Amino acid sequence: MISLIACGPDSSSETASDSQAKYIENKGSDTIVNLALAWAERYQAEHPDVRISVTGGGTGTGMASLINKTVDIANASRKIKQEEIDAAQANGVNPVEHIIARDAIAVIVHPENPVNELTLQQISDIYSGKFNNWQEVGGEDRPIVRLSRETNSGTHVYFLETVVRLGDSENKTFFSTDTLLLPSSEGIIAEVRQNPNAIGYDGLGYVPDDLKMIAIAKEDGDPYVLPSIPTVNDKSYAIARDLYMYTNGEATGVIKEYLDWILSSAAQEIVAELGFVPVGASND
Amino acid sequence: MEKSLNWSEFIITRAIRTSGYSAILFVALIFLFLIREGLPTFGEVDLSSLFSFRWYPIEDYFGILPLISGSLIVTLGASLVAVPFGIGTAVFISEIAPRWVREILKPLVELLGGLPSVVLGFLGILVLSPFLRVFLDLPTGLTALTGSLLLGGIAVPTVVSVAEDALDSVPRAYREGAWALGATRWQTIWRVTLPAARSGVLTAIMLGVGRAIGETMTVMMVTGNAPVLALKLSSLFSPVRTMTATIAAEMGEVANGSTHYHVLFFIGMVLFLISLGVNIAASSVVFRSKKRAERILS
Repeated sequence: MISLIACGPDSSSETASDSQAKYIENKGSDTIVNLALAWAERYQAEHPDVRISVTGGGTGTGMASLINKTVDIANASRKIKQEEIDAAQANGVNPVEHIIARDAIAVIVHPENPVNELTLQQISDIYSGKFNNWQEVGGEDRPIVRLSRETNSGTHVYFLETVVRLGDSENKTFFSTDTLLLPSSEGIIAEVRQNPNAIGYDGLGYVPDDLKMIAIAKEDGDPYVLPSIPTVNDKSYAIARDLYMYTNGEATGVIKEYLDWILSSAAQEIVAELGFVPVGASND
Repeated sequence: MEKSLNWSEFIITRAIRTSGYSAILFVALIFLFLIREGLPTFGEVDLSSLFSFRWYPIEDYFGILPLISGSLIVTLGASLVAVPFGIGTAVFISEIAPRWVREILKPLVELLGGLPSVVLGFLGILVLSPFLRVFLDLPTGLTALTGSLLLGGIAVPTVVSVAEDALDSVPRAYREGAWALGATRWQTIWRVTLPAARSGVLTAIMLGVGRAIGETMTVMMVTGNAPVLALKLSSLFSPVRTMTATIAAEMGEVANGSTHYHVLFFIGMVLFLISLGVNIAASSVVFRSKKRAERILS
């Protein structure tokens, strides 16, 4: 539940443009909020007549706001769901998708945990409750404490589908019920930092240097790959995804200018600075 | 003169009566609203799946038993902390402490009551939960116990200030009577003052329990929010998910009018009914004991 407002530069010197300031409301995924905020600040510095307010709250919140027509741009860390499209259309809203960056999910453990690499299958078995002791995956004799984001987080849904269920839509494996559901990324990082029993996951851009990331193999026998910008771009890292912004109908006017700018190389540099992966970087 | 006095008296009486009744009106309206939003649950979710053990709303598993048990165990733990500490503190402040200690202690306790619960949550995440994990050798420090201790801390000021007022209003003659009969200080407190203040002390406990069961932010931060059925006393040492934390964490994201939305309101109804039950139980105890006392006196 992060709520941050990007304030524009002081515009007292240009009262004329103040009256015709253009506002963009931008809300949604907590994964994207820092990135959206950085973009908004840079863009407002270059375009003093535009005001962009950025709020987090989760992908679901952003979508709900888009459907209720209270935001111009909804940030999402997953694709829009069919129910959300239906609800939007019932409300006269036509959501249009824009891929604005890529993100990788890092699986993190306490730095003293000797486990360095896991297969997707092993991580799935840990989170489904099949493995309950670190010994079963080559670690110390310690209980495993599973940490996850809340169910309403896009990261949770993505992790469920890609890792726990191994990308198989027929697979109905659940998170073990004793998985801790923490309301924020900070909660997961705080717990992993002090608890050697814990395993958690979080966006690559949010993992601090003092935590250990696990190298992941897609299948038994595949190489173990650490998450990084190159491994996400060459698709060798298994848990990576696209990040989206949704608008009501094709973007027009000031919103279109903003979205076009986001895809420019200047804006995509900020993506890399924040630990995400720029879109189009693979074509460069 | 006489007439205008009557007239203003009439207005004041009416105003006071209206504000008194308005409390009933507001409670009734809130409950009606909860019912209106919560009752559709019964049409959308089977009773058997509503009272089952899995809470995973994004795939339509709406078993609320883990949430109810989670709230109850955290509240139970909090009461075990808040009741003895709260009443003990109240007794100390009102009966034992010298005047100057009392003058420092009372405002300090009230200040504690004003601490925002999110600040206590921070303390819980950064200090209490790591400490409990190491001290009790638990897999994780984010447990029902951590929530209970913090909620106990939140409820203590409520219990203290209400119980202290009740003890304070016991006539001095009661204590002097006991002392004159040769009772020790402890006997006076335990056998005379506390029973005389019983209804106020019970109210204090109820308000404290009510504060604990309704508290949201702190429990959401420190109890781990895992929807596990908590039936044994050992569940106190594992993560739980409470009803309040569930509503707070999920309400912001839920589509208006969906099944999940109705179930969240249904949980609100359950929460409301539980605290109503606690209050009715408490007031019936107070009422009955009063009648017995009146019988003895007459």
